[in-house]
Amino acid sequence: MTLNKLNAYTIIRPFHVIKNGEVLVDEQSAGLQEFLRSLYDRFAGQYQKFHKMDLLSKLGWMAAEVLLQDMPMDKYPQEDTALVFANRSASLDTDERYYDTVQDIASPALFVYTLPNIVTGEISIRHKFKGENAFFVSEQFDIPFMTAYVQQLLDTNAAQACICGWIEQYHEDFEAVLFLVEKEGRGAALPFTAGQIEKLYQ
Amino acid sequence: MSGKVLVAGGGVICGIGLHLDACLGSFASMRPGMAPMQYLRSVHKDTFPVAEVKADNDTLAQMAGLPKHTSRTALLSMIAAKAAWESTGLGYLTNYRAGFISANTVGGMDKTEDFMNEFLPDNAKGHLRGVVNHECGAVTELVADALGVKHHVSTISTACSSAANALMYGSRLIKNGIVDVVIAGGTDALTRFTLNGFNTLMILDQQKCRPFDDTRTGLNLGEGAGYVVLVSEAVAAKLPNGAWCSLSGYANANDAYHQTASSPEGTGNYLAMKGALEMSGVAASEVAYINLHGTGTQNNDVSEGTAIVKLFGQDVPPASSTKSFTGHTLGASGGIEAVFSALAVKEGIIYPNAQFTTRMKELPFSPVTTFSTGNDLPHVMSNSFGFGGNCSSVIFSR
Amino acid sequence: MEKLMADLKAQIIEQLNLQEVKPEDIGDDQPLFKDGLGLDSIDALELIVLMQQHYNIRMANPDDGPKIFQSIRTMAEFITANQKA
Repeated sequence: MTLNKLNAYTIIRPFHVIKNGEVLVDEQSAGLQEFLRSLYDRFAGQYQKFHKMDLLSKLGWMAAEVLLQDMPMDKYPQEDTALVFANRSASLDTDERYYDTVQDIASPALFVYTLPNIVTGEISIRHKFKGENAFFVSEQFDIPFMTAYVQQLLDTNAAQACICGWIEQYHEDFEAVLFLVEKEGRGAALPFTAGQIEKLYQ
Repeated sequence: MSGKVLVAGGGVICGIGLHLDACLGSFASMRPGMAPMQYLRSVHKDTFPVAEVKADNDTLAQMAGLPKHTSRTALLSMIAAKAAWESTGLGYLTNYRAGFISANTVGGMDKTEDFMNEFLPDNAKGHLRGVVNHECGAVTELVADALGVKHHVSTISTACSSAANALMYGSRLIKNGIVDVVIAGGTDALTRFTLNGFNTLMILDQQKCRPFDDTRTGLNLGEGAGYVVLVSEAVAAKLPNGAWCSLSGYANANDAYHQTASSPEGTGNYLAMKGALEMSGVAASEVAYINLHGTGTQNNDVSEGTAIVKLFGQDVPPASSTKSFTGHTLGASGGIEAVFSALAVKEGIIYPNAQFTTRMKELPFSPVTTFSTGNDLPHVMSNSFGFGGNCSSVIFSR
Repeated sequence: MEKLMADLKAQIIEQLNLQEVKPEDIGDDQPLFKDGLGLDSIDALELIVLMQQHYNIRMANPDDGPKIFQSIRTMAEFITANQKA
């Protein structure tokens, strides 16, 4: 068992963005929707589908965008990058929005986002990741569980790299904390341990 | 990280039976579970047939030993999980280091809908979170408590492949020595939420669904729950009647194509099946039966079929979609079909594909249409593919 | 017809959340799907909702979509032919 490396991390909270300890954005914002749009304009652009996503997907997608800037993943075969996420509220926010449309004419575009794992699909589509995916629902971000799970994926060669973390959003409460874990060190190259993640998450 | 993971037993409740034996009877006599809605109240009552569990909540509550007001999703979960455990003959679950890994996609939505119907006219700003047990995780916790599982409880929510992923995860927990026993699978009750949602996607068939049939026009929704009991080799040695089979391989891949549609070439499906074969060390030619994901939508069946042909060539093993009987039970489907597939290895069962008439023009094979037992099935594959591009395949071996 | 096509462009941008597209970016005969405007199967379903919401036209068969939703012009022609007075 080798110690895997935590090569980059991104934290998005109201209303700031941190990457590898550096504050990239810290601004006043009218709300999550507007904040995500401003991040999109700043870090992404040219991705028409972004505007169709629900807020949970936009949040996770945006966090992955920031995380992977300057961290090219094309050195791995497409099926060797895994995605493992968790949150508390599943897709409840979008479930509610969809539910509201049912009274009139139900919206297919909203219904497709009434599953939390659609965010893993959106990130996969964007970066052409075809590796293993998992999405867990738990009351709190269970860091020992998440680290053990990812550690095992890499140790058993189920994946060479893994993007993992917590993508939670319900109404205006939101938090995305993503980590890029690889076998070889590059970038931040921190040790990938529960203690390290705990420190960064706080 | 070592050792085999074995299937010690399984339990199912679904539209073709309140327990596993009843389901087998329905297969043998070619009785699919789709019918006009009896228990769900919906404006689509007379439009879309569904495969409901043929019991009201009071009856289910009694079977589950849970209070009547419990969400139907939790009741179904409890009944199938309890049946799965009892089928092993291992005694008290509390005597083992046990885990409960359950998948579902709707959580307690059924209760929430009833609540909303009363609540909405008075207060348009209802917060679903205020409703007890709405969240997917709450259903799992409730059942884990009732079962007496304390060591490890998780909820997986990756759409229709959720329960297959629960098996993968459960197997890893055992291989890592974190627990010795895992009840793994999934549950989902029918709700207006999903019915209306699939209706907006225009993939519901107004007739009984016809998976892998050229005339197919969509899926039927179903409900139910299915769990296998996974155990370590040490626990398997104590099984009074031996293990059903081993869980020899599994893999999950993302199709990376579209939120809901599968890629035309079935890339994710192919990668999942190929990965599962590699892990089990089984050659494609050794797979003796495939339990298809086979929803009956235009898109799924052509993608899945294309991926199968790419992997198996012209010699596709006998294959069928049990969703032609149970309907598509969403988060539960991977669990229900895991139980059917594991039992297939033990009893040599090949399940029939109901309502089949016409081979798909894109494919060189047709599904099996008759029920048979006593076949020689050393390896059985079960596919589960979900929205979000989440594709899983598991292999059970003798 | 010109008025209807202009309305449709605005409605499509609104309904499908095409935030970076302006009505004048959409040609009357430009393909809406794939290489054209890049719409997908879920967008097609939203267009069916749009037809019902704005023009009271119910499309029961999604297979009719590709033909009707080829371009703004084919949509407008379909609406003109099917709208109840």
